[in-house]
Amino acid sequence: MTRAVGRVPDVSGAALRALHTDAPAGFADTVLEHLGLAPGDLFVRVESPAGDLFVAFSDAGINAVWPAALFAGDPARFVARHLEETGRVATAASRPPAGLQSALRTGRGAELRYDLGGLSPFERAVLTKTLEIPAGEVRPYGWVAREIGRPRAMRAVGSALGRNPVPVLIPCHRVVRSDGRVGNYGFGPPMKRTLLHAEGVDVERLERLADDGVRFIGSDRTGVFCVPSCVRARRIARGHEARFRSAGAALGAGYRPCRHCLPVSARDAS
Amino acid sequence: MAADLDGGFGAFVRTHADAVYSAALRLSASRADADDLAQETFVRAYRSLRRFDAARVRALEPRAWLLTITVNLWRNGLRDAARRPPRAGGTPAQAVADAAPGPEEAAESSEQARALAALLGELPVHLRGPVVLRHVVGLSYAETAAVLRCPEGTAKANVARGLARLRQMAAAETPAPRAGSARAAARRGVKPRARKESR
Repeated sequence: MTRAVGRVPDVSGAALRALHTDAPAGFADTVLEHLGLAPGDLFVRVESPAGDLFVAFSDAGINAVWPAALFAGDPARFVARHLEETGRVATAASRPPAGLQSALRTGRGAELRYDLGGLSPFERAVLTKTLEIPAGEVRPYGWVAREIGRPRAMRAVGSALGRNPVPVLIPCHRVVRSDGRVGNYGFGPPMKRTLLHAEGVDVERLERLADDGVRFIGSDRTGVFCVPSCVRARRIARGHEARFRSAGAALGAGYRPCRHCLPVSARDAS
Repeated sequence: MAADLDGGFGAFVRTHADAVYSAALRLSASRADADDLAQETFVRAYRSLRRFDAARVRALEPRAWLLTITVNLWRNGLRDAARRPPRAGGTPAQAVADAAPGPEEAAESSEQARALAALLGELPVHLRGPVVLRHVVGLSYAETAAVLRCPEGTAKANVARGLARLRQMAAAETPAPRAGSARAAARRGVKPRARKESR
């Protein structure tokens, strides 16, 4: 005599509906490739602190971001430009990719998936490192160069950031000149300033410090020094602020580099 | 899409991929066959759309039309398979039921769903189509009938028969994994000796 040890499946409309299964990731691209059609992207228009953006994406991740203002808000002009840049036709999506709107709200672009397939390994390294810069803070080009192990490639870092296909989300606006000035931006310095302001960066203060030749700020209570926009530097009380023109000067005065903003490489600090 | 087939086809595929894939998976009861069946559906659809004029494209009911292609491809595949010698190894139904769940199989993560999917794969073909279209894909009876090219009353009756058969199979199902088909399990359940013992 057989004995039922497992559960007998429930046969109901709801149980059958639960057998509805999404097509595997990349299914549409496989079909299009099979037909010899340009793989398609989807796009959405979303709000950002620097005005509306067109964001293009596929199953592989987000692959392009453009300010809508560049096309006078016309999706057809965006689609034409996207085709020209990538060879992919973008069609309007009914909803944005998961997490996009919250990433724009919080400035945490690292939580999204990107498709950076067309970039060189160096460009990818620059953009991946840039994703680590927290919202509300900035780092010099030299910092990115040093942190990816290419300390002398500052100019190359600048041009890699200039070719960032997903600006705003990968925050190339948080990379500034080594003297502390805001510097250039693919869509013009005003948009860079707007984005930084929206994240709570006191751009004017950073520029005043740059005018005074100040590159680093320390606390004489903790003996720690930071880049001026570091979230910890902002907590230093007025009377306890020490200003330095170089990392060498800070180290010479007995300060140690902040572990959050890494004003010098770990090797130089020891 | 009527104006620009090549530009719009990607969005068309993405819009309907899940419905077509679900139908393909539950009709064929095999992940490998489902991939082929769903892809082939869109390839055939693209070739047809190339030939259709704009008015005909606009008049299409895309989901039902795509599923008609899927069902026809599936039936043709079964007919061809019947003419070939049987494959070695387990039935396709078992392939789906026994496959270790991967990241994409979250939908089938529950024991219940796996068991039901396996039963569905053993349902006779003329009942499986109506049940899959009506209950897994969620078509109306009218759409189900149109896809299967049968009167609506026939579609309704076959959906009801399919559900009744599934319940019968589920009740007779014993969970021994190598027990063979549900029908075999049903036969075991009514063996005279078993009856005698239970008296």
